[in-house]
Amino acid sequence: MRRWIEANAWTLGLAVLLAVLLLATKVIQPGFGATGLDSLARAALPFALATVGMAVVVIAGGIDLSVAAMMAVASVTGAVLMAGAGDGQALLAVIAVLALGIAMGTVNGVLIVVTRVPDIVVTLAMLFVWQGVALLILNAPGGGAAPWLRAMSAGGVALPGLPQGLTDWLPRGVVFLAVVTALIWVPIRRSKLGLRLYAIGSDPLAAFRSGVPVGQTRIAAYAICGLFAALGGLSVTMSTGIGEPIPGPYLLASVAAVVLGGVVLGGGRGGILGPILAVFILRTVRMDLTMLSVDPNVAAIIEGTIMVAVVMFGAILATRGRKA
Amino acid sequence: MTEAPSALTRLGRLMADNPLLPLTLLLFLLIGVLAVMNPAILSLFWAGNTIKIAIPLAMLAACQTLTMLTGGIDLSVGTVATITAFMTATLAPLTGVPPAIAVALACAVLVGLVNGFGVAICRVHPLIMTLGTALIATGCLLVYQRYVIATGVLIPDFLIWLGTGRSLGLPNSLALFVPFAILIIWAQRRSGFGRLLYAIGANEEAARLSGVRVWQVHLTLYTLSSLIAGVTGMLYLGQIKTASLSLALPLDLPSVAAAVIGGTSIFGGRGGYGGTILGALILTVLTTMLTLLQIPEGGRRILFGLIILAVTALFIRLTERS
Repeated sequence: MRRWIEANAWTLGLAVLLAVLLLATKVIQPGFGATGLDSLARAALPFALATVGMAVVVIAGGIDLSVAAMMAVASVTGAVLMAGAGDGQALLAVIAVLALGIAMGTVNGVLIVVTRVPDIVVTLAMLFVWQGVALLILNAPGGGAAPWLRAMSAGGVALPGLPQGLTDWLPRGVVFLAVVTALIWVPIRRSKLGLRLYAIGSDPLAAFRSGVPVGQTRIAAYAICGLFAALGGLSVTMSTGIGEPIPGPYLLASVAAVVLGGVVLGGGRGGILGPILAVFILRTVRMDLTMLSVDPNVAAIIEGTIMVAVVMFGAILATRGRKA
Repeated sequence: MTEAPSALTRLGRLMADNPLLPLTLLLFLLIGVLAVMNPAILSLFWAGNTIKIAIPLAMLAACQTLTMLTGGIDLSVGTVATITAFMTATLAPLTGVPPAIAVALACAVLVGLVNGFGVAICRVHPLIMTLGTALIATGCLLVYQRYVIATGVLIPDFLIWLGTGRSLGLPNSLALFVPFAILIIWAQRRSGFGRLLYAIGANEEAARLSGVRVWQVHLTLYTLSSLIAGVTGMLYLGQIKTASLSLALPLDLPSVAAAVIGGTSIFGGRGGYGGTILGALILTVLTTMLTLLQIPEGGRRILFGLIILAVTALFIRLTERS
């Protein structure tokens, strides 16, 4: 038990911090309840999905600067395909977008492995490429989303056997995120691929000498990131009902949440739960500041300062830990 | 072993020994393509214009080159340049030009010190640290902007002269850039500080064990980088002649691209400013070319990204020592 707590100290700390923040929200705004939680979950969903994708790549020792641009491509593709389409067609469109996400991620990964250019540079160049692709697909925000898709992220989840009052407190956004992440990440984490991702992240040379196909694993990491970016892009379309060709502020936010969530830049350490908790912490802080009617620009300063301070603190702790 | 090296490998070796050679070739190749596309465009005026546009990019890329030599990166340069430009333009009507410039540069140094503190003492990854300070600084700029919105804008005359003027057909900004470039190249090749940058980038632990106070180097480096970005912001203000809240932000990622195309390794220890200047020129010519092609914005961005990737990949192949 004690060892488990020590091993997950950072994640547990984040969970406690999130609980404290939610309590603080209740104190600031006594009316904060199921609807507030629901809108929080909906706002956090694209950030959380981008963060999960980024976390997978960072764990494998890389970084993907093109994540926000890939989300834009997914968002506009989904919106264009779904505009005026029936329910069945919309389902096909969703599947097509997810496949597109995997394809974009695979392209990133293959380029990194084949050209041997550093991942930061490749994904920086691909950021321009995906941005361009998104603009070619849709020049201005537009398109549409299927009603059932829009309904997936709003409101509570009706669970049979539980009273309505209780299920209202479980936002669909959170359930969606949990289901998607569990369906994709848990099987990967448990498989050989999961072990390989951590292996190439912590020491590519050692991994190579132990028989890990480093190149393939790296491509797989970027493909998973592309898949989550596609989900993130869909969730943008899901909550707004239109496709957005200009990438949102997801790149910086996802890198910050990944680091805040205890994933070490450079790879090999950390999980998925920590970064997701970090996303919710950052979104809750933003929401609290809005509720306190702080000027949004000041809120951005405070948010940034918190992120930087936490990252600094974490880095100091990590350095201490290494020395001890 | 005895077989004579083929012409191709010899060419490769020649290029590996002189990394500036393939870049110069590429630059002239691009200009050649441009001449074929539109023969009327090539003129002394055009050359001056290209140089003028490339200079702010090349100066911001100097920040990337220096930080990349130690294995770092500075993604706050676009923000810092924007802040100094905006502050100079808005404070000048209130306080006069010299105090405005002093305050603006002080802000740039402050951002640099925060970056340096985070990287040097807290050991935060430079990518995260500089992105974070850029976020905070942008927020501060937006708050500041609401207090000066009524004061109006004054762009100092000498900045306009420096940014847009020409003497003898050459842009005046060369008067700032040539000494700057000589100073940077001298500093990285000959000065102790420059050698420390290479040493830290090549092997930080070895540098530390040989008695280098790594944190001092990092602190100085990031402060210097922000200061350069601040000066660039002012030059850019004179060139664009408007104070906007996103003035130099679009130069952020191209400045990284210019340094990378110029052959500076993002992992540290290899590269130099000479290549970066060529990289900035290549990017500028490339942008002209893509504008001339009259393809939609999306297509232009795609080509821009692909060309950066191709050039970098080719350059890494050519200069790789086997």
